[in-house]
Amino acid sequence: MVFKMMAAFRTPRKLNRSFAVSLMLFALLALFGAFMALPLIYAVNNAFKPLDELFIFPPRFLVVNPTLENFYDLFALMGNSWVPLSRYIANTLLITIVGTAGHILLASAAAYPLAKYRFYGSSALFSIVVLSLMFSPHVTAIPNYMVMSWLGWINTHASIIIPSLAFPLGLFLMKQFMEQIPDALLEAAKIDGASEYRIYWSIVMPNVKPAWLTLMILQFPMLWGSDGGSFIYSENLKTLHYALGQITLGGIARAGVGAAVALILMIVPITLFVISQSSVMQTMATSGMKD
Amino acid sequence: MQTETNANPAKDAIRPMRQSRLARIGKELNRSKHYYLLMSPYMIIFFLFTVIPVALSLGLSFFYFNMLEFPRFVGWQNYSRLFLNDDIFMIALKNTLMFAVITGPISYFACFVFAWIINELSPKARAFMTLIFYAPSISGNVFFIWLIFFSGDSYGYLNGFLMKTGFLLEPIQWLLDEKYILPIVMIVQLWLSLGTSFLAFIAGLQTIDKTLIEAGAVDGIKNRWQELWFITLPSMRPQLMFGAVMQITASFAVADISIALAGFPSVNYAAHTVVTHLMDFGTIRFEMGYASAIATVLFFLMIGSNKLTQKVLRKVGE
Repeated sequence: MVFKMMAAFRTPRKLNRSFAVSLMLFALLALFGAFMALPLIYAVNNAFKPLDELFIFPPRFLVVNPTLENFYDLFALMGNSWVPLSRYIANTLLITIVGTAGHILLASAAAYPLAKYRFYGSSALFSIVVLSLMFSPHVTAIPNYMVMSWLGWINTHASIIIPSLAFPLGLFLMKQFMEQIPDALLEAAKIDGASEYRIYWSIVMPNVKPAWLTLMILQFPMLWGSDGGSFIYSENLKTLHYALGQITLGGIARAGVGAAVALILMIVPITLFVISQSSVMQTMATSGMKD
Repeated sequence: MQTETNANPAKDAIRPMRQSRLARIGKELNRSKHYYLLMSPYMIIFFLFTVIPVALSLGLSFFYFNMLEFPRFVGWQNYSRLFLNDDIFMIALKNTLMFAVITGPISYFACFVFAWIINELSPKARAFMTLIFYAPSISGNVFFIWLIFFSGDSYGYLNGFLMKTGFLLEPIQWLLDEKYILPIVMIVQLWLSLGTSFLAFIAGLQTIDKTLIEAGAVDGIKNRWQELWFITLPSMRPQLMFGAVMQITASFAVADISIALAGFPSVNYAAHTVVTHLMDFGTIRFEMGYASAIATVLFFLMIGSNKLTQKVLRKVGE
């Protein structure tokens, strides 16, 4: 009896590790943190290096005399190109915004019935979605091209946007997150006479805002980094990523501009993640797979 | 006698039941028509670009098809050629399995270990470290920075460093030497593999019921390792399952990094994977039937190893 009480007093205490182990774990984290961060820090530094620092020997990691020269060069270069830079930016924005917003809308509309109701085919459909998480889109690349050409979507933005609307990961995460919406809330709305569509739009959607942001952070970098692949060949339909890739192919003469390009391409998705991090973590907490 | 009289009324009783069951299905479908309607936009696209293509790919793998002539049925010929007469496929398969066996599990454990350590930090530090570890996986094609790092001339950082410190006299062509290509692609693949599953693990660790840990202490859990095995891991088994699927699928699908770093095709196919082999036949040689056979093999490889891993993970903490 006394022992039990003593144990009860002790329990709130966390199990402590020794100082040596803590130090070791900290060192491990710092070491690998550096491994993860250095290439990105390097990318930032490179973008601000003047040309003579880019080709210094032995190579130097950090910038000494930062300059915006590379960015001026980039805009000058893009202003002179055959298709204006604004066109590439518009294409990328169109693909990214329509693709991301549409994905969130469609995936949540499909996730709501799957999360909250049982009906014919619901569990079968969800298992197919889970199964499709287990293989990469490469498997379907060839038949996809045939389906595209059959639909007449080759060389249109639809060929990039439409398939991305139905990526399985978004539906999966959305469904798992929606399961925690209390049933009582939906029941109350039903008693008040709201239709299923009304419930979806006015009750479910506002309650899954963290999941919107999560789907965005997963979808956005993919579309932002899309270069059109084999589906788009008209120059005026190509994306920013493709245009910037062409610049870096310019080799040594374009090394500075290339570094500026790399910075622009990576800064946008990372900024989005910084903004949405806490919502993303909330969604991920429900991401588990139950067998 | 008695059974006969009993059998007939029973039959009559069953028949209307059956009809009403059909009617019930109809009613049920009607009742849930709103759900089908809500799901339809997503599901139509999903079937059109994921489910049907898998079936098409499976079917096409038994045909000879070059996009110009009408497909010609060849039976198992594509598969026999793939496994018996295609040495490069064997290299690709070997490399892909290397990725699956080495980078898959390492990245999975790395995701968990770093999530575990990061979880102990204060909220601000946790958010910062999460960003550092997660950033490479969303920063797009920035992995070409590694091209400069591993560049073959003395301007490359690795060569520059090793020559300055005296380990090397001459620069090494890191990305053109068969010996180094595959390990380098693996390192870069690991660098950007702390993605969705890493986030899922951190989130999973944060939602573990604190009372469970206290109860565990009462029940005689003595150290961190016991806590990890008996409480932490079983509590986040769903996240572990999810993370495994993400990491396995990614490790079988290595292609872009290999192409960006080692070229396409890489020197002596040293970094050739099943996916780059698929691209070779699908987008360059236009042997669509053969490419579909490769895609089908890849499909079953991915599904098979996912299912196997899930079976193993179910045993965690038992």
